[in-house]
Amino acid sequence: MPGPSDPGFDTLAVHAGAAPDPATGARATPLHLSTSFVFESSEHAASLFNMERAGHVYSRISNPTTAVFEERLAALEGGIGAIATASGQAALHLAIATIAGAGSHIVASSALYGGSHNLLTYTLARFGIETTFVKPRAIDAWRAAIRPNTRLLFGETLGNPGLDVLDIPRVAGIAHDAGLPLLVDATFTTPWLQQPFRLGADLVFHSATKFLSGHGTVVGGVLADGGRFDWERSGRFPELSAPYAGFHDMVFTEESTVGAFLLRARREGLRDFGACMSPHTAWLLLQGLETLPLRMERHVANTRKVVQFLAAHPLVAHVGYPELESHPDHALARTLLPRGCGAVFSFDLRGSRAQGVAFIDALQLFSHLANVGDCRSLVIHPASTTHSRMDDAALAAAGIGPGTLRLSIGLEDPDDLIADLKSALKAAERAAR
Amino acid sequence: MKLAVHGRNAYAYTGGRRFADDGPCIAFIHGALNDHSVWTLLARWYAHHGYRVLAVDLPGHGRSDGPPQASVEALADWLLALLDAAGAARAHLVGHSMGSLVALEAAARAPARAAGLVLVGTAYPMKVSDALLATARDDPARAIAMVNAFSHSSLAGKPSYPGPGAWLRGGSSALMHRLQGAADGNLFEHDFRVCDAYAGGLDAAARVTCPAHLIVGTRDVMTPAKAARDLAERLKAPIAHVASGHALMQEAPDAVLNAMREAVPA
Repeated sequence: MPGPSDPGFDTLAVHAGAAPDPATGARATPLHLSTSFVFESSEHAASLFNMERAGHVYSRISNPTTAVFEERLAALEGGIGAIATASGQAALHLAIATIAGAGSHIVASSALYGGSHNLLTYTLARFGIETTFVKPRAIDAWRAAIRPNTRLLFGETLGNPGLDVLDIPRVAGIAHDAGLPLLVDATFTTPWLQQPFRLGADLVFHSATKFLSGHGTVVGGVLADGGRFDWERSGRFPELSAPYAGFHDMVFTEESTVGAFLLRARREGLRDFGACMSPHTAWLLLQGLETLPLRMERHVANTRKVVQFLAAHPLVAHVGYPELESHPDHALARTLLPRGCGAVFSFDLRGSRAQGVAFIDALQLFSHLANVGDCRSLVIHPASTTHSRMDDAALAAAGIGPGTLRLSIGLEDPDDLIADLKSALKAAERAAR
Repeated sequence: MKLAVHGRNAYAYTGGRRFADDGPCIAFIHGALNDHSVWTLLARWYAHHGYRVLAVDLPGHGRSDGPPQASVEALADWLLALLDAAGAARAHLVGHSMGSLVALEAAARAPARAAGLVLVGTAYPMKVSDALLATARDDPARAIAMVNAFSHSSLAGKPSYPGPGAWLRGGSSALMHRLQGAADGNLFEHDFRVCDAYAGGLDAAARVTCPAHLIVGTRDVMTPAKAARDLAERLKAPIAHVASGHALMQEAPDAVLNAMREAVPA
């Protein structure tokens, strides 16, 4: 029977979570730069604190502008809700801290952003949370690494630095067989390229700093819940299914059958850790989300042209992009990422570190900096910056060569980007002489 | 709170407070393919304002053992048995959608036990189109998507539960999928057939002796406001109109609470 459905992605990107402001009629979402919100009466105040009413109390816990961003991102992901955080790292920490503590264990992909790797390897270990890393393509290794105290499986939709495509359906299946959730970092893909909940993931987070913002103006993060994971049935999560003394002995799974995780993450995580998003950041992110479909389409189209150019250039030894048949996850990408594989990728120059430096220094349009997902095209040379303390052998172990360069393709005219790259490649060639 | 009803496990959420031995009681009954969690805010409010609260999971839904009861009449008997098990001689009965029919029938079957009756998002008859019933039978996921879209009137129904940042359509969809996935059989089709088959509404209304109130959504296309008029007339019940679709408690929690406070004061 044909019938109504929820609006499509592009409509949700513009409208989800927002309505004309009832006080002023403002059509665009107003920016509520207010730390706190007036209670109508003492009874109203008590009912908000007891969670008998929904509403905003203090902007560390929630804010009307930030809530629009959270709702919109949740709608775009196909989830039940989201929590905005101060950064992507804060979102990852919030996800873990809500369901894990000292004595817990995580199984994570080894192909992670360096900041995530640091958090898991060094910082969380200091708090008693241990992580086992597995190569994301080694499907059996995920299962083998699970222990009785494991709380979470974690990977990136497109891994660092080689764009390993996470086989979300299979890894989620392994997680669910063990009564565990799968958390994914979807920063590189955004919900326009892939909606991990529909593939089986349970929790998704983003560094919103990147493509969700799209303009390189704000640092933020967001954690969304798909609402499908049954925390109570799993039996591994007393944090959600047993009384919590820190909030009136609330049993989160009884309060909300599908929203228990978000309840605790907000009521404990934002309250106690406090890594909330500024309403101003949320407002800027809303401007970004409204054009996300248009921008991602252009990001991917530009990237395909640049990849094609580089793959055919004699000074380029290798381009690591899953749409190329040479990429080990090419077939998987065709299934899981039919709209494209994003706009961040690495390629290897034939030659020395000095040639890599010469290439970077010769670029005019590409900006040399440590970020991705900007409307401007970006470049970084890991061997001379983020990984400069490693020798060549250590770099190789990390999947990085002396001539590896990472590009984030922006929204400029692709012919201009290719011309800039062509010129810089000539400079690199000259540097070898 | 876990209870034994007709020899099977039953669950009722008590609003975040222990269910006391005495005091006024209010029971909340959810609609088709829902559970107690659609009532959390109202349940908490009444639990913190002097009431003993029983927000039930109907048989075969959520934490209550199945099988699902076959009719509104059977569900009403089950509800009265649950009140017995909880030690509640009388209670205000508050139902949403299919649950409103259960509350109505229970108030008619045991007039002395109903302290008040509140029907939220109600209609009588609660007919379901043959096309939707067929879709529920053949393609429950598609039917859930349709009903979810029908039930929400806005893309921005906040603030709500479980808090700011909740995407209500996603939450409702996830809840329905959770309950459908956990059921032995097609719970969605079952519940809609129960609504469709109920034929005793006006007779039941004539037997109700307690004060009755209706709360309906002005943008509700599942149970349109006009479809509740006959019932309201027979119950001599005032109708409170709330700017909402069928998911009233989620889309307009404060407005529903305000209307509820008129019907069941603190």
